[in-house]
Amino acid sequence: MAAVAMRLPVARKAVAPSGSRGEEKHLVAPGDTITTDTGYMRGHGTYVDEEKLIASVAGAVERVNKLVCVKALKTRYNGEVGDIVVGRITEVQQKRWKVETNSRLDSVLLLSSMNLPGGELRRRSAEDELAMRDYLQEGDLISAEVQSVFSDGAVSLHTRSLKYGKLGQGVLVQVSPSLVKRQKTHFHDLPCGASVILGNNGFIWIYPTTEQKDEEAGGFTTNLEPVPLSDREVISRLRNCIVALATQKMMLFDTSILYCYEASLSHQIKDILKPEVMEEIVLETRQRLLDLEG
Amino acid sequence: MAAVCLSEAEKLYIVHGVQEDLRVDGRGCEDYRCAEVETDVVSNTSGSARVKLGHTDILVGVKAEMGTPKLEKPDEGYLEFFVDCSANATPEFEGRGGEELGTEIANTLYRVFSSEGSVDLKSLCINPREHCWVLYVDVLLLECGGNLFDAISIAVKAALFNTRIPKVRVLEDEEGSKEIELSDDPYDCIRLNVDDVPCIVTLSKIGYRHVVDATLQEEACSLASLLIAVTSKGALTCMKKIGKGSLDPESIFEMMETGKRVGKALHIALQKILDEEESLGTTRQKVGFLG
Repeated sequence: MAAVAMRLPVARKAVAPSGSRGEEKHLVAPGDTITTDTGYMRGHGTYVDEEKLIASVAGAVERVNKLVCVKALKTRYNGEVGDIVVGRITEVQQKRWKVETNSRLDSVLLLSSMNLPGGELRRRSAEDELAMRDYLQEGDLISAEVQSVFSDGAVSLHTRSLKYGKLGQGVLVQVSPSLVKRQKTHFHDLPCGASVILGNNGFIWIYPTTEQKDEEAGGFTTNLEPVPLSDREVISRLRNCIVALATQKMMLFDTSILYCYEASLSHQIKDILKPEVMEEIVLETRQRLLDLEG
Repeated sequence: MAAVCLSEAEKLYIVHGVQEDLRVDGRGCEDYRCAEVETDVVSNTSGSARVKLGHTDILVGVKAEMGTPKLEKPDEGYLEFFVDCSANATPEFEGRGGEELGTEIANTLYRVFSSEGSVDLKSLCINPREHCWVLYVDVLLLECGGNLFDAISIAVKAALFNTRIPKVRVLEDEEGSKEIELSDDPYDCIRLNVDDVPCIVTLSKIGYRHVVDATLQEEACSLASLLIAVTSKGALTCMKKIGKGSLDPESIFEMMETGKRVGKALHIALQKILDEEESLGTTRQKVGFLG
């Protein structure tokens, strides 16, 4: 039975800020003066012009002792060493792959930074170079860690651990990088039945939990068996919940995603993306997170 | 069309999901995404509509101008379509990049509306062989999120429903020359009857089944699609196959049946929304682009 839902647009209401925060957030737009006090050190998103500290991005001002920086809400990913990212291969070049990670420049994955199947440690030969396309092709998704950042801001990745590598079947959700909370680990096996990789660059990968933990191939052979329907439902529900949280500009971490999932269980999967259901679920999630803190 | 690159494993996941009637966002094979329709968004047109279908955003403006009827149809007005793929949607459309897609969509719209009885063209005639109303329908693609044809046809129908053509009187002079007088009252206008205007339903073949309202990712997995123009009574007026894959005649028949069913549901939902908007009248809060 076909279901076609049409509606009239409703003007977005401003969500009241949560009461737990003590001070008001100081919001700035590019060109706004943050402070005329010269005693502060300038951080990301600011610049000095005529003894005034001016914001270069639109966002909230954060002050840590003497350091002033502006954290933008919607931004491209700025790489930091040690971040986990999920990227898509865009080009296969001579000794490296170009990876798209939602940053200003394409990231680079050198052949020498990739672990060979079987966990071998050896010098990369000419045959390895010619066989690059057998490992990773254009369009493949990988999970990797940031090894270093070049002076122009481009990021160099490595997959030198068995938990990184090519990703198999699953769903990718793209959100703004500022919504992904920095945590100890970004690989989560959620109790609802699926696993999630929260890339710091805003790419979130949802995939069915693998039963066995043997990684003899180092993540190169993809499991091409059909995923069972029960797992699919969990993955679709998680995907819609993450989209709902991102639309309402909530921080994404394992607890918030799990609470949102539990709040959405009373609705059908395809109804989660309706605006009123989205608001209701996110409100409930916000409430539970506040109760957890306080 | 803006294409998104997917890995083989992702495509396989999508294809298997469609097989089991559970798409990535939880919809069934015959479900549409949530659509938002608003009319009368552009003030200097005779009629306009904006449709948001998921990530696809379309703006349609209709301008009614006086012109001379075509030679082979002297007592009818006509419609002219123009589709502009804005660079807003994707950087590929910058400059002349969007021209090819724009002309393809415009040609499809011409074909769909060329069928007899879709729009009452005789009501657009003022003076046979001399004056008639020409409706210039301009489509602007603001965001490309898959399923362009459906969203455009919904927007065109909504804009035609919203079009108000001023009433004109033809005055006969003593010498015999005719003069056209526009009525002074801005609210004195004629509306078009859009009951028989068809809507396009795109059915994309993914694996062994077909889906309605494919997203960009699903379009990347489908090799062939069928475009069907369906009226509100369920009559099929036009059919077109796009894509480089092939379709089995059996599956074409199945897709046609699905298209008719889905098309009827689409028309009912759209008419309900348009009537609801109409009934709100001047109390309606216009959302527009900054809502």
